[in-house]
Amino acid sequence: MKIAVASGKGGTGKTTLSLALAEAITGGCTLLDCDVEEPNCHLFVAGEPWRQLPVEVTVPEFTNDGCDGCGRCVRACRFQALARLGKRVLVFPEMCHSCGGCVLACPHKVLREVPFGIGKLEFRHGRGFELISGVMDVGHAMAPPLIRQLKEHIPPEGLVIMDAPPGTACSMVMTVRNNDFVILVTEPTPFGLHDLKLAVETLREIDLPCGVVINRADDGVALIRDYCQEAGLPVLLEIPYRRDIAEGYSRGGGLLAVCPDLRESFRTLLNTQIPAILQAEGRL
Amino acid sequence: MKELLIISGKGGAGKTSLTAALASLASPCVLADCDVDAADLHLLLKPEIQQSVPFYSGVMPEIIYDRCVDCYRCYSLCRYGAISILTTHPRFIAGACEGCGVCADQCPEEAIVMRDRHCGEWYVSSTPCGTMVHAKLLPGAENSGKLVSAVRQAAKAVAEAEGRSLLLSDGPPGIGCPVISAMTGVDAALIVTEPSVSGMHDMKRIAELARNFEVDFQVVINKADINPEKSDEIAAFCQRNGIGIAGTIPYDPLFTTALRQGRTIMDYPESVPAQAIKRIWQHIQDKIQ
Amino acid sequence: MKVALTSRGDSLDVLLDSRFGRAANFLLWDAATGAVEVLANTQSLNAAQGAGIQAAMHVVESGAEAVITGHCGPKAFRVLKEAGVKVYLTKALDGHEAIRLFQAGELKEADAADVEGHWA
Repeated sequence: MKIAVASGKGGTGKTTLSLALAEAITGGCTLLDCDVEEPNCHLFVAGEPWRQLPVEVTVPEFTNDGCDGCGRCVRACRFQALARLGKRVLVFPEMCHSCGGCVLACPHKVLREVPFGIGKLEFRHGRGFELISGVMDVGHAMAPPLIRQLKEHIPPEGLVIMDAPPGTACSMVMTVRNNDFVILVTEPTPFGLHDLKLAVETLREIDLPCGVVINRADDGVALIRDYCQEAGLPVLLEIPYRRDIAEGYSRGGGLLAVCPDLRESFRTLLNTQIPAILQAEGRL
Repeated sequence: MKELLIISGKGGAGKTSLTAALASLASPCVLADCDVDAADLHLLLKPEIQQSVPFYSGVMPEIIYDRCVDCYRCYSLCRYGAISILTTHPRFIAGACEGCGVCADQCPEEAIVMRDRHCGEWYVSSTPCGTMVHAKLLPGAENSGKLVSAVRQAAKAVAEAEGRSLLLSDGPPGIGCPVISAMTGVDAALIVTEPSVSGMHDMKRIAELARNFEVDFQVVINKADINPEKSDEIAAFCQRNGIGIAGTIPYDPLFTTALRQGRTIMDYPESVPAQAIKRIWQHIQDKIQ
Repeated sequence: MKVALTSRGDSLDVLLDSRFGRAANFLLWDAATGAVEVLANTQSLNAAQGAGIQAAMHVVESGAEAVITGHCGPKAFRVLKEAGVKVYLTKALDGHEAIRLFQAGELKEADAADVEGHWA
C-alpha cells in the first residue's frame, strides 16, 4: 500500500505526521521524502546515510563533428537550453528537460546524450522504517525528474509513506500520482481550510481517494469538520493543539515521543480506517 | 518606490500573517502575493477583484484525431509518460506533460499541435491597505517563477501609477525558481523563522540564497518563546554570520483568533505581538526609506 | 564597431536598463557613424525561461562586438564570451553617459558574470 502525506499549505505538520506514521507501524515500512527542495525528514533520523546514489538526467552534448549550423536543434528546444553560434552549439544543462528533442531534430547526428547530476538520494535506517530522501542540488529547479527517480525505489511490497512537497503544483502531483491513498494534513485556520480545498480539488481531478488529518485541533476545529462533511471527506484523525507538542517538536522530538498515546491511533488509521475507506469506494 | 519581501524557506512560519500586519502599518501601500501556489494573503485582506488576467506559460499538445493513424510514435518518444495508449487512440495526459513538443515535432502525420498552456490567473484588487496583485496557479501547473514575475511586474506598475513609496511582497516557500523570482532585485527582505529544527535548517538555506543574490535581509524570529534555547541558537547563528535580527515575536493564540475573524493582529493594537511587530516595523523603516 | 546597450526606451536619452536578458530594448550604437538602431527584446521578455541566452544570441546575430549593461548573468555571459562579444558593466544612468565612459576607456571589461542568472 502506498500512502502520500500532502497538504496545500506548508507548515501544517506533513513531515511530523509522516515520520510518526512510519514509526508507529509495526512490521516496518519505507518512508520517501519527496519534498526535494526542502527535505526535512532526515533531520529527525539519527546518523549518516548508509547509502547515497547520485541522481542524473540525460542532457545533450555537442560533438563538434559535422555541424553545418542549421539551427534545427535550437528551434526544437522549447526550454532555451541550447544556443547556436555559427557552426557551434552551446548546451545549458540546467535548462534542459531531457526530452531528447534536439537529438531527434539534428540531421547530422552531432548531438549525443550524456548524464548530468541534479541531486542525490540518501538512504537511512530510521526507528523501524527505511528513509529514502531526495535531495535537489541548490540552484537546480528540476524537482519532477528527481521525484520520479526517487519513486523508482519503492519496494514491490509493504507499506510506503511519501512526504509530499507543499502546494498543488507539478511536483506535488508527481508525488501523489499512483498512490493508493492521500492523507491531507491541515490546521483549523482559514489558511488551512483554503489550502485544503485547493489540494482536494487537485486530487479529485486526478481521481485519488483522500482523507483529512486535522493537526493542532482546538476549539476552532468545526471550520474544517464542517467543510469535510459538506465535501464528503473522511476526517481520519484530530491531533489536539497542545503547547507541549509544539515545544517538543521545536526541540526535534517526534510526535510519538511527546504523545505516545497517538501510536495506537496511527496504527488504526493505517491498518483499519484507510483500508475501510478504499473498500467502501470499491478501490480495494 | 522600495520593495520589501517577506520570506521564510519553511511554510507555516508566519510569513503571511506578518505581511498582513505590516501592510496595515504601511497603509496605503501596494501588495504583491508571490505565493501563487498557495496564495493566502487575500484571506486576511479581503481584496475586491478589479481586473483578472489569464496567465499562459509553455505549451501543451493537442491531438487532431482526424489525422492520427495510431502509429504511436508519440507514445514511444515521450519521456514523461504523458501519452497513454490504453485507449483506442493515443491520449494525452496533461499532468505529466512538460511541454517539450517532441510528440508534435516528430509526428509523421502532423496530427499534434502545440497550444499555449493556460496555467492560471492573476488579479489586481483593492484592499483596505491599498491595491493588491495576487494570482492563482492551476493545479498541477509548473510553478516556474514566471507567474511570480508577472505578479511583481504588475505590482510595480501599480505602485508607480499610484505614486506609492512601498511595495510589500509575500514570498513563496522553498528555495526554488518562484523564490528566486520573488527575490531578485528587491530592496530588502525579512526572513521569518521559528525556533525549531526545521525552521533553523530552512532559514540557513534561504539566507544562503539571499546572500547569493545580494539581497539586504534581516531575520524575524516568530513564536520565539516556544523554544528559548533554539531562539538563542538562531540569534547566535545570525550574529556569527553578520545577519541582523529585526525582532522577535512571541507565540500568541491571538494570531489564530484574529485569522479566524478575518482580521490581522494589528486589529489588536495593544496586544504583545502587535507591539512586537510595531517595533520591527520601526526597525526596518530606515531600510526602506 | 557596433555596441549594444540595454535600454528602457528607444534612444540614448532614456535610462539604461540594468538587466541584460530582460532588458526592454537593445540600442545598437555604431561607433563609426554615431547612428543608433533599436533592437526590441520582446522574444526574450516573453520567454518562460532562458531570456539571457536568447537575448545574447540576438545580440550576437546583430553583429555587435560589445555589450554595455548593468548586470549580466552566467548563461548570457557564456554565450557572449564564446561568441567573442565583450561585456562592459556600468552604473551609468543613460546611454550618453555610458558611451562617454566607454569612449574614455573608463569601463572595464567584465571577466565573469556578476549576478546569478534568473527571473527579475
